[in-house]
Amino acid sequence: MALLSIGRAINKALGDALEADPTVILLGEDIASAGGSFGATRALQERFGAHRVIDTPISEAAIAGAAVGAAMCGLKPIVEIMFMDFTTLVMDAIVNQAAKAHFMFGGQCSVPLVLRTPHGGGLSAGPQHSQCLEAWFAHVPGLKVVVPSDSWSAYGLLRSAIDDPDPVIFVEHKGLYARKSELPDDAGSLPLGKAAVVRAGADVTIVAYGAAVHLATAAADALADRGIQAEVIDLRTIQPWDEATVLASLARTHRLVIAHEAVEAFGVGAEIAARMADIGFDELDAPIVRVGAPFMPVPFSPSLERLYQPTEKRIFAAVSRVME
Amino acid sequence: MSFAEEAVQPKKAASSADVAELLQWYANLLMIRRAEERLISLFADGEIPGFIHLGIGQEAMSVGIMSALTPADTIASTHRGHGHALAKGVSARAFFAELMGKETGLCRGRGGSMHVADMSIGMLGANGIVGAGISVALGSALAHKSLRRDAIAVAFFGDGALAEGILHECLNLSALMKLPLLFVCESNGWSEFSPTTKQIAFSLEKLAAAHAIPYARIDGNDVVAVSTMARESVAPIRTGNGPRIIECTTCRVRGHHEGDSQKYRSVAELSSLSAHDPIRLAVDRLAEAAVSNDELERIAEKIDAEIEGAIAAAQSAAPPDFARAIADVYTARGV
Repeated sequence: MALLSIGRAINKALGDALEADPTVILLGEDIASAGGSFGATRALQERFGAHRVIDTPISEAAIAGAAVGAAMCGLKPIVEIMFMDFTTLVMDAIVNQAAKAHFMFGGQCSVPLVLRTPHGGGLSAGPQHSQCLEAWFAHVPGLKVVVPSDSWSAYGLLRSAIDDPDPVIFVEHKGLYARKSELPDDAGSLPLGKAAVVRAGADVTIVAYGAAVHLATAAADALADRGIQAEVIDLRTIQPWDEATVLASLARTHRLVIAHEAVEAFGVGAEIAARMADIGFDELDAPIVRVGAPFMPVPFSPSLERLYQPTEKRIFAAVSRVME
Repeated sequence: MSFAEEAVQPKKAASSADVAELLQWYANLLMIRRAEERLISLFADGEIPGFIHLGIGQEAMSVGIMSALTPADTIASTHRGHGHALAKGVSARAFFAELMGKETGLCRGRGGSMHVADMSIGMLGANGIVGAGISVALGSALAHKSLRRDAIAVAFFGDGALAEGILHECLNLSALMKLPLLFVCESNGWSEFSPTTKQIAFSLEKLAAAHAIPYARIDGNDVVAVSTMARESVAPIRTGNGPRIIECTTCRVRGHHEGDSQKYRSVAELSSLSAHDPIRLAVDRLAEAAVSNDELERIAEKIDAEIEGAIAAAQSAAPPDFARAIADVYTARGV
């Protein structure tokens, strides 16, 4: 068992996948000697060669489109898009081509590609380098969307995403890359679509993913001091999301708060709330409350960004509301 | 540019085209033509749902390019992709069934005209998005190279796609990576409903030169010229010399899609098109080679019988199964 940063865990997953499967290739901007903007591909080109770890020009649309064609023809491409904001430039390849191919061509082919990209604020990166756009992709039939929260889930989910026959959007949080947590030496893959109960509790369920899992856990610690036992669920995969685990928890706690860094309106939390209000209606003792970003672009100034980002305190307040 | 503006003179018979080959090409051209002519009536009769984009007058590019390819080679096509699909070898039955939205279709009735595909013969799909197939072909070429296959990829696109940024990205990437990729621009002079001359401020030739990609411009209605240039271009691509571009000048006879009355085109232009008809050019060559009309008739009868059989089978085929369709959104759904 080693303490490893999420960035290193992703690097290890990529290296292990390249080692295990000769059809895996990496495509991205500055992923070779530069090692990627956040170091996730560090030293991989030296290890596996320029024909497998391919440094590309700044051509997001073509890289993603090429990944679709390559995936249809026998490769397992892993594309790095430097910031999730830049995925606006890959939308045709991902939404119209990759997501549709298996269905649209009558099941003739699969598109086993992974698109890795960092989301999230906290770095004063401004409105075009900070967004959490995962709900866009989760809205598209044919795509899978994964958001790990720690080193083990980053490693295990990325290995599964690479092995998965369908296109997977793998979202990493910029603020978590350096965060260290345990990664067993013999860690294998973790199943997509399966949430993890990261803290057990009987009074309220907090569903979160990515960086918000840590806010939720911190809020749960503070709530425990007040005698409220919160159960925290790390969704891990938001498409398909683990409805059964959330419903089972709700059936125990009868109260639900959903937290994510993405803009609250029309977000992942809205989908979970709507489903639970439907299939979990009889279990609910209080309204479902969401905690997300306000409906505005991510601001640059640190003082503004601090007010923009969801916090442990806001989750605490939301739980207090549903406990009234 | 269109034929109305610039008459392209057909070259005389290329020596490589022997009579048997020419007859085969004639049959392939006619298969596409007759299939699309039947689509006109089926569409008018309401038997083809949605939109269809016909390539009548553009068949020689499909047949000529495909004559230089092997079954292992892959192509990515456009919204005007019937000819590419049929020339690559999709079954007529599955083709008509797809356009009629039936379970027996190429894509089980889920894609229709704009998505005809057959992965088993390297037809990676027609495409509803202008220019999108170019990057799919680029990726396919990357896979061929990476997996050391003896295969190349072909990106078909129209002159309307010259305005798409993806083309520029793919030209650069393919040249940079020396990919086994042939770009085939089918220049019919029209960008959907607008003349390409009013849409594009550059020439593909100069764009090719900017990327140092070898470029050739040919009469896209002369199947012999297309085949000759395709073979000439494909050979160095196969041996690892990087991408090439063929720009084929051609003409679109029908509208952007069926039902487009083409009021934006002049009568003079439309009436000039038949003189450059690719099938007429092929028949002229066959006549020069002393092939009898009877033989051509026999070929036509055989093709018509195949098409009618395919249409009849499609008409009586079952509609697609919804449960099966929704189960195919993912290869592996997971939890």
